[in-house]
Amino acid sequence: MKEKIVTGILLDEQFELTLNDISQACSGSTEWVIELVAEGVLEPVGRDQVRWRFPGTSLQRARAAMHLQTDLGINLAGVALALDMLDEIDALRARLRRFETSEGA
Amino acid sequence: MDFRDYYKIMGIDRDAGQDEIKRAYRKLARRYHPDVSKEADAEARFKEVGEAYAVLKDVEKRAAYDQLGENWKAGQEFQPPPDWGSGFEFSGDGHGGGESAARSDFFESLFGHGFGSSQSGRGQAGFHAQGQDHHARVLIDLEDAYRGATRSITLQTPELDGSGHLSAKQRTLKVKIPKGVKQGQHIRLPGQGSPGLGEGRSGDLYLEIEFRPHSVYSVAGHDVYLDLPVAPWEAALGATVKVPTPDGLVDLKIPQGTGSGRKLRLKKRGIPGRPPGDLYVVPQITLPPADSDVARELYLKMEHELAYNPRSELGV
Repeated sequence: MKEKIVTGILLDEQFELTLNDISQACSGSTEWVIELVAEGVLEPVGRDQVRWRFPGTSLQRARAAMHLQTDLGINLAGVALALDMLDEIDALRARLRRFETSEGA
Repeated sequence: MDFRDYYKIMGIDRDAGQDEIKRAYRKLARRYHPDVSKEADAEARFKEVGEAYAVLKDVEKRAAYDQLGENWKAGQEFQPPPDWGSGFEFSGDGHGGGESAARSDFFESLFGHGFGSSQSGRGQAGFHAQGQDHHARVLIDLEDAYRGATRSITLQTPELDGSGHLSAKQRTLKVKIPKGVKQGQHIRLPGQGSPGLGEGRSGDLYLEIEFRPHSVYSVAGHDVYLDLPVAPWEAALGATVKVPTPDGLVDLKIPQGTGSGRKLRLKKRGIPGRPPGDLYVVPQITLPPADSDVARELYLKMEHELAYNPRSELGV
């Protein structure tokens, strides 16, 4: 018997997730996701919560927030700060790559 | 099964106080947290530390663990003593930490199912709820992101058997990895999570993409970098050379006078997508060894005839 191949949906920047999608996928409450938006961790488009749409890549950020909060015991403001700083470090690393000449080569 | 020295993992003495244990845990958790750390074995270390903390923070579990004695060494072949568990009652939290807390066999043999963490029977008649979402990570090669691929993944799903015991059931799923995926992105597989209760629909399975470190390329977002060794005459005079890309060989023109630190951009040859990334080739000028008379002569000839001072800008 030929094995069935499952095709999923790639949650890229173009894919839109709802408030419910995010809370369900993080096993968090919708209130928790709303707090993430209030802290500026997630930035949905749409005027009110029912119409909020999050880019697919938000899921990675929401899950990182969930892990930081539960594993390290930081509050949401601290989580927001940590995530922003991690983004900055990533950006600096990428910049460093661009300016770096030959690292140990 | 190997013995695990939870005190050694946490870097603390056997007589450490509970507050000291918490401090040690927080410090190590920050250092090895997979969302924070860039250390190669961060995730494994983080799990190890989490498991040690799950035992040592719990006075009952810690007392039971201490009872095994001090003479065990990490990695030593271990079987729980026959009277293990008698006289102790572990309250809940056998699998604390949810999905990410895959515990070692050592932990499971001591504190796994059957030790007070019995699951209450759920799913009464008339109750409907959507099944839980599951998460897993899938390791792929950079080349898979260029071409798409199928991957077989094995998932451990906890299941309640007839007598109410929790056991891990394995299932294998063949999944299509679409072209253009990037590090950290998720693929959603609807209905592949836990079954729903009553008429509730099944949960979804989320696969997080992780690139296996590549021996040749490095990846930043959708851009890909390649360090390309170049001979001094190729850099000085210009040349057309064959360059590997994740998509196959291409001919690259190295401009005359290409110095160290230049980056040559191959547009749209990064990870495909909307928009596609670029491939950056970073020439690394390598020095031919002076290991023969001919080579030594050539170097000497350059020295005598070029009058080249690499340190002129330093004024020496």
